[in-house]
Formats: sequence, C-alpha cells, structure tokens
Amino acid sequence: MSADDEKRPLIEMKGIHRVYQMGDNVVRALRGVDLTVRHGESIAIMGTSGSGKSTLMNIMGCLDQPSMGSYHLNGRDVSRLSRSQLAEVRGRMIGFVFQSFNLLSRTSALENVEMPLLYQGVGSSERHKRAMAALDKVGLADRHDHHPNQLSGGQQQRVAIARALVGDAPVIMADEPTGNLDTRTSYEVMSILQGFVAAGKTIILVTHEADIAAYASRVVTLRDGLIIKDVQQTPHSAAEQLAALPPPVDDVPAAEVA
Amino acid sequence: MSIVTTFVLALRALWRNKVRTMLTMLGIIVGIGCVIAMVSSGQGAQQAVKEVFQSMGTNVLVLTNQSSRGGPSVGAGGSSATITWDDVKRLSEPGTVPTIRVAAPVLSARTQLISDAGNWNTSVLGTTADWFEIRNWKAAQGVVLDADTGGSNTKIAVIGQTIAIQLFGDSASGVGQSVRINGQPYEVVGILEKKGQGPMGDNDDTVIIPLKTYQQKLEKQGVAKYMRGQLLISMTGDDLAEQTIADITALLREWHKLDAAAEDDFRIRNPAEFAKAQQDSTERISTLLALVAAASLFVGGIGVMNIMLVSVIERTREIGIRMGVGAKPMDILTQFLVESLVLSIVGGILGLAFGYVCAWKMSDVFGWKLFFPMDTAIIAFAVSGAVGVGFGLYPAIRASRLDPITALRYES
Ligand SMILES: Nc1ncnc2c1ncn2[C@@H]1O[C@H](COP(=O)(O)OP(=O)(O)OP(=O)(O)O)[C@@H](O)[C@H]1O
Ligand SMILES: [Mg+2]
Repeated sequence: MSADDEKRPLIEMKGIHRVYQMGDNVVRALRGVDLTVRHGESIAIMGTSGSGKSTLMNIMGCLDQPSMGSYHLNGRDVSRLSRSQLAEVRGRMIGFVFQSFNLLSRTSALENVEMPLLYQGVGSSERHKRAMAALDKVGLADRHDHHPNQLSGGQQQRVAIARALVGDAPVIMADEPTGNLDTRTSYEVMSILQGFVAAGKTIILVTHEADIAAYASRVVTLRDGLIIKDVQQTPHSAAEQLAALPPPVDDVPAAEVA
Repeated sequence: MSIVTTFVLALRALWRNKVRTMLTMLGIIVGIGCVIAMVSSGQGAQQAVKEVFQSMGTNVLVLTNQSSRGGPSVGAGGSSATITWDDVKRLSEPGTVPTIRVAAPVLSARTQLISDAGNWNTSVLGTTADWFEIRNWKAAQGVVLDADTGGSNTKIAVIGQTIAIQLFGDSASGVGQSVRINGQPYEVVGILEKKGQGPMGDNDDTVIIPLKTYQQKLEKQGVAKYMRGQLLISMTGDDLAEQTIADITALLREWHKLDAAAEDDFRIRNPAEFAKAQQDSTERISTLLALVAAASLFVGGIGVMNIMLVSVIERTREIGIRMGVGAKPMDILTQFLVESLVLSIVGGILGLAFGYVCAWKMSDVFGWKLFFPMDTAIIAFAVSGAVGVGFGLYPAIRASRLDPITALRYES
C-alpha cells in the first residue's frame, strides 16, 4: 500500500438517505449519514435493533444503493451504478462475512473460497492456489475438502473469512460475524480479523455486543438512521483475551484432570 | 467466467441433485425418444407399404370378373364369370388397347402339394411366361416358364422359396425333383428369387404351372369359355392407368353388349392407387404420432421449467451469496440457463439413444426396414437445446433479477 492510499479516504459518504417504500408506508432507514473511513481502520457499527446498521452496511458494501446522497468508494462514485457494475465493484473491493449460513452447502470449503475468483475470471489452477492460501491464513488448509455440515460454526465462519480474503479486496465487511458463535469462537474469529487489520486491511463490522466492538479502533453508533456517536479508541487485543480464557475442556490433558 | 467453468458448475449443480436431474431428464428423454421412434418407424412403415406394392410390379392393372373377390378356391367364380377367354385373347393382342404392353391371365386355386419329404397346402397359379416378366420375377435356381413351356400343357412347376423349404428342406433344392400337385406328378424346373411379404401374404408361398396344364388338371369344368381368374395387365408407361381403364371398360362393355344403364360386369383394379391410398394413410398416421410425440416433448420442457423454477427458489440463498461475492446478474442468468441447457441436451442425447432402440425394436417386431432419420435426429437435438433455453430462460431471468440483500436473507 502506497503513502497516497493512506491519505485518501477509502469510503466517503455524504448525506446518505435510504427510504423503503412499503405501499403507503415509508420507512426512513437512514436519514442523512456522513461517514468517512480511512485505509487500515477497524470500525464497529453499533446501535439498537432497527437503527439502520445493516442498511448502512449494505450500502457501503455496494449491495444496495442510497436513495439520496453520494458515496465514493476508493475515489469512485458508486452511488449511481448499474447492478452489474455494482457486482464488479463488490467483487474487487469488498469481502463479505455474514452472520450465518453464508456458505454453499454440499460444496467443499475450498470451492466456497474459490467462488469470488470465479466471477473475476481467474483460471482454475490460480484459483485453487489462492483459495488454499486463504484457507491457510485462517488455519483451515487441512479441512479444504470438508463440506460446511462437517465443520463447526467457528470453522464455517473462518471459511467465510477466507472467502472474503481470497479476492484480496481492501475492505472486509461483516454483519454480526459473531452473532451465532460462543464467546471463545467469537474471540478466535475476532483475533483472525484483527490480524488482517494489522496486515493493512480495513474492516467494518456491525455488532451489538460491546465486547466485540472493543476490538475495533473506532465505534460508530447509530440511532433512528443517524450517527449519534463516533469515537476513536485503543482496540483490545482479541488474541490476548483468547489466551487468557481457560482452555476448552477437550484440550485439557487427561493427566491434569486426574 | 469462462464457458467451460460455467458448464462444469452446471454439471456439478445437476450432479448434486441426481435423482431430480434424472427425473427431469426423463421428460426430455421420453419426448425426444418418442419423436425419433415415431418418425423412424413411420418411415419404415411407409417403405414397407411401398415395397409390398412394388413387389406386385409397377404400371399394372388387374382385370377380374365382377363377383370374384378374395382368395378363389378350385372352381370358384362358378357361373358368375363373365370375362371370356376370347376377351382375354383380344385384349392381349397388340394394338387392341395401345397402352397395354402385355397381359397374362392367372388362374389360381389352393391345393395340396406332396413331395418325398413333406406336404404343403398352398395356392397354385396357372399362367404364362409373361406373368414372370410383368412381375419382374426371375429364377434363383433353374428356369421360369418361357414362351414354349408357358404355352404348353407339360407338367412342370416353378416354386417359391417357401415351398422349396417346405417340400425339399432348403430354399435352393428341388430343381429336377418331382412334386405331386392335386395327385399328379410335376417336375420342378425352377425356384424363384425371394420376394418376401406382399399384400396378399407371403409372395414366396406360390407354385406356378403352365396355364394349359392348370386348365386341364385343376379346373373342374375343364377348358371353358369363361376365364375364372384374373388378367394381369402391364401398361406401356407411367400415368396411363386412367386411360387404359377407360379403353378396356369401353371395349368390354361393347363386347359384352351392355347397354348404357347396365353396370360393368367386370372389375379393373389399379394396385398403384391402392398403394398410394395405403401410403397416404400410413403417412397421416405417422405424422399424427410424431405430433403426439412432439407434445410429450413439450410436456418434458415444462418439466424442465418447473424444476428450474423450484431450483431458483431453493437456491435463493446461494444466488444471494454468489451475487454478494461479485456475480453479475448476467453470470447468474448464464448459470441457470446453462443448467437447463445441459439438462435438456443430455436428456436429448439419451432420448436419441432411447428412440433408436425403440425404432430398432419396432422394426424388428413389424419386419420393416430400420431408418435412422438423421435429419430428425438433428432437429430433435436442436429442439431439445431450444427447449432447454426456451423453458430455462424464464427461471434464469427470475434468478438474475433477485435482489442480493433479499436473497441473502432468504430462509428456506
Ligand atoms: N427491505 C426492507 N424493506 C422495508 N423496510 C426495511 C427493509 N430493510 C430494513 N427495513 C427497515 O429499515 C430500518 C433499519 O433496518 P436495519 O436492518 O438496517 O436495522 P439494523 O440496525 O440492522 O437492525 P438489527 O440490529 O435488528 O439487525 C428498520 O426499521 C427496518 O424495518
Ligand atoms: Mg441488521
């Protein structure tokens, strides 16, 4: 990453509105959000249920478009693109990790991870190589031929992270990535994500758990479609907290139990 | 995404749902199979009809007494015969009717044949050398009747291959041997070429003896005034039947002194016309069957559409995930379209095989020639592809129009 990238904002949102029209009912999910994200930041978006967190994340992730306002991603105006152009931007710029069930069933971990590369026209041997490398980064290279139903929840989420990484997108977005995981597995997932921040990636995640938000360098709080709080903080280290947890029961050597 | 990758993905997706894929394909297999089988056997049946009538000789008319219908037995026709031998002689003379090339009277009766090895009941024909020429029938062994022997009253016989097998053990033996017909010994002088099935049954189940011999030995009344058989008439060329029939009718009415109000006391049949009618109806039936088969192909196509629609709904989440990681609407559309295309093309290929097996079995059972209608195969193949695209397009478009967020949230 060059010095230029450091200075230029990665995400620049101004006056973002999102209005859902449901018959006569109008829902204003976002009502004028201004948000700037720089390279290398790790941001936690918090707020009560229905405050517009997912809506904002979907717009940032180019899955959705604002009803009003401008959105520049890496300097490019992406608020008026076609569905097809948005898909291309997604593929290149953003890796998604969703709450749960976001792997294709009856499809190996490796094939799941390869999927984004398929749509970028990467050849099969290159695909294979990069997917294996991504799986290796999340510590699952030896499980590459397992299907999602043969993996634990935490492992599935790690496969999803590998898939978000494989395209080498600069931003990883995660909507409640630990929502379905126990504490220990949440810490594992977070420590992996923190590792990528250290490696220069930008991470934006939605959560309503304060202990997860504590791993971010910045916490943005929404209420009724507006940002009401935006604070910088020193992130906790997930790796350290993971080490401090008592070891899982299975890992306790038999001798110690006796 | 490369086209190869797209096909690989489609094959994998179909393989994941083997049972459903097979069941869906079955519709296409049966559809294409029926079209192929129907067209092939239709052509086979038409060819068979054509060959049956060609075996009778071309440009031929048959003159009979009004009342003689069906297979005559010895002495049949009785007093109702109206055509005299004199009529026959005059019609056969060159120039009487300019379009008659040659004519051969044929008398026939069912009777018992006995050889040293066996006996056999069949129809014995009494006719002249011209009969062989009109029917374009040559000897495989020995000789057929010629102008001399055909006009004589010698006791010789030319036999068909079925008879040779029945009386002498195989289709090539019997020449020079003796056969008793109606108690009298005859020398077999020739065995005819194999002709197979004709409109009246097995052509090869026939014995031919000279006309005079027949009249003396087999006609109860002996040599009579009236001809109690038929006159096989060969015309000088194509498309002369109508005119020839008119000429013969006029002459016979004159000779028989029929007044204008009287009905004909003879019949002239035109086998070609009969053949044409047969062929037309065979063709109509096979067209009808092919249409029914096409309808079943259409139903197969609807099956493909149905399954693809179900598949799109079932895989809504998958579509959402794919879109989420960068699949364009076009990628999704192509994926589903290729899936239905593969489904129908593979179904089409299996259907072709299935159709040919059916056609082959049918040709075997009904004894007609096996046709591989290449043009139909190509059309069927193209149609199955078109079915795949046609019926897969709507589901594929629906898949591509899904909103990624909604699709990702979809709970199955
Ligand atoms: N597709 C939609 N159609 C209509 N209204 C919607 C739609 N999606 C979201 N909304 C509404 O927009 C508002 C914000 O929704 P959003 O999903 O962004 O909330 P959230 O902060 O993610 O909540 P949660 O914590 O429960 O996930 C809500 O009032 C929601 O009902
Ligand atoms: Mg949400």
